[in-house]
Amino acid sequence: MSADQSPKIVIVDESPIRAAILQEGLREAGYTGVVHISEMQSLLTRIYALDPDVILIDLENPSRDVLEQMFQVSRAVRRPIAMFVDQSDAASIQASVDAGVSAYIVDGLKKERIKPILDLCVSRFNAFAKLQDELARTRSALEERKVIDRAKGILMKMKGLTEDEAYVLLRSTAMREKKRIGEIAQSIITASEMLK
Amino acid sequence: MSTALHIGFIPLVDAAALIVAVDKGFAAAEGLDVTLAREVSWSNVRDKLNIGLFDAAHLLTPVAIASSLGVAHVKVPILAPFNLALNGNAITGSSALHAAIMGEIDGDRFDPLATARALARVVAARRRSGQEPLTFAMTFPFSTHNYQLRFWMAAGGVDPDEDVRLVVLPPPYMVDSLVSGHVDGFCVGAPWNSVAVDRGVGHILHFVSDILVRAAEKVLAVRQTWAEKNPDTLAALVRATQRAADFIEHADNRDEVVGLLAQPERVGVDADLIRRTLEGRLKVSSDGTVRASGNYLLLGRERATRPDPAQAAWLYAQMVRWGQAPLSGEALKTAMSVFRPDLYDGALKTSIQPRPSGAISAFAGPDFDPDDVAGYLAAFKVSPRAP
Repeated sequence: MSADQSPKIVIVDESPIRAAILQEGLREAGYTGVVHISEMQSLLTRIYALDPDVILIDLENPSRDVLEQMFQVSRAVRRPIAMFVDQSDAASIQASVDAGVSAYIVDGLKKERIKPILDLCVSRFNAFAKLQDELARTRSALEERKVIDRAKGILMKMKGLTEDEAYVLLRSTAMREKKRIGEIAQSIITASEMLK
Repeated sequence: MSTALHIGFIPLVDAAALIVAVDKGFAAAEGLDVTLAREVSWSNVRDKLNIGLFDAAHLLTPVAIASSLGVAHVKVPILAPFNLALNGNAITGSSALHAAIMGEIDGDRFDPLATARALARVVAARRRSGQEPLTFAMTFPFSTHNYQLRFWMAAGGVDPDEDVRLVVLPPPYMVDSLVSGHVDGFCVGAPWNSVAVDRGVGHILHFVSDILVRAAEKVLAVRQTWAEKNPDTLAALVRATQRAADFIEHADNRDEVVGLLAQPERVGVDADLIRRTLEGRLKVSSDGTVRASGNYLLLGRERATRPDPAQAAWLYAQMVRWGQAPLSGEALKTAMSVFRPDLYDGALKTSIQPRPSGAISAFAGPDFDPDDVAGYLAAFKVSPRAP
């Protein structure tokens, strides 16, 4: 690789969505040589074939240990690769660990060329985590909606209420008990199943 | 007022003393409020310990030594005041490899020299017929598994760097890779050998105690700087894990210990597998053959928990033998000083006792002498190719 070429970057990630988010970010920033590996079988063989300058891998991936083999003196290694755990830069290490990502770089690649890649990686990983949180929250809100609907149905049937009356009853009980409507709804469902 | 500690571990049976110390309340009784963090890779455990996210960790002994030496990674001095486990690994071969070795064996099937020589004949036959070299997996470049596998095959004349392929695989992937044919054999800790046998895809060839009687498998690792700043906390942690190790070895507590370890957020595998591991009674073949050994895994008995610097020296010698570290008196001293029996004795108020006899003897080569690593290594024929 010549000094001004875009470094070849490999993303090792089993999550296709996160990898896509990261890949897109890197492309937007002008990094053209980005490859995503999602298949962990024969990971090293693929990496050796691609011969990247930078490898990005999420910390939840057990295959991080597989990458450690690159440091070993063996016939498979083409050139030494160092990990981006430079003690002089504690803040960026902390940021990458918090974001859940780690990077391996080819020895000799200048630090100022790596820093923007890693920063971008950290911010995209954090964005993905935020997205995951939102998704989880939306999903649980949907779940709660379903539980409340079921509880309303039970109340309407057993107490001969209208839908609005059933909801009012749920809400006032929740307020009295200082609980969420979803919790009251769940206990109605549980109780009705037990009494079946 | 209790002290909060974050401790990383890998879900393996040999993390038992740490898990029981926390879940049975021994750590709390010492005034420690421990949060155990279950990790997916040794790289994560090492890095999080190195940068201070963990106060202590369940760590592969050779990783503690490599970190202290700054070999292949950042240099962070690590101390080990406590052995979490001796031994516990096993070498498993696929059904095909097992059959091939048994077809060539000339001697007892549990004699590692006999199986290693048979392996050499299998390797030679494959080469003659133009087949791909065999692939063996282990868990980490700096691991007892790597050295035990290499020591075994080299004794039979197989060069682990030239005659076979040695690859790193995360333990949970081992059995699937055996099924898919990506690997022909592996050396891994419990419970993965038993999982392979239970699924009918592998045969346990050796317990690693067949290779070396006592190998320092996992340690309780802390940063040297942390240990210097927190001597009382470290002593309390050593006492809590020692109490746990004693508790684990008591047969009356077996059910409770198995129950604690089987929890999904701890080791999280079938309770029966954990029980067999702790009892040292392993089914070695799918035909139901069971092999029992008092040396299979030592957690608290036979003074297993007290670090022995000679053990660290043996592991360092393996690093030198396979070209991972240069041979120097200074490096040897550094490696040995990772193990801190003085901190162990100080915490437990025990007095120094002589090492159990035959501690560092393997099935091949001379007895190990930490004062003559070069002489020891010269006794072995197979060594790494020149760099």
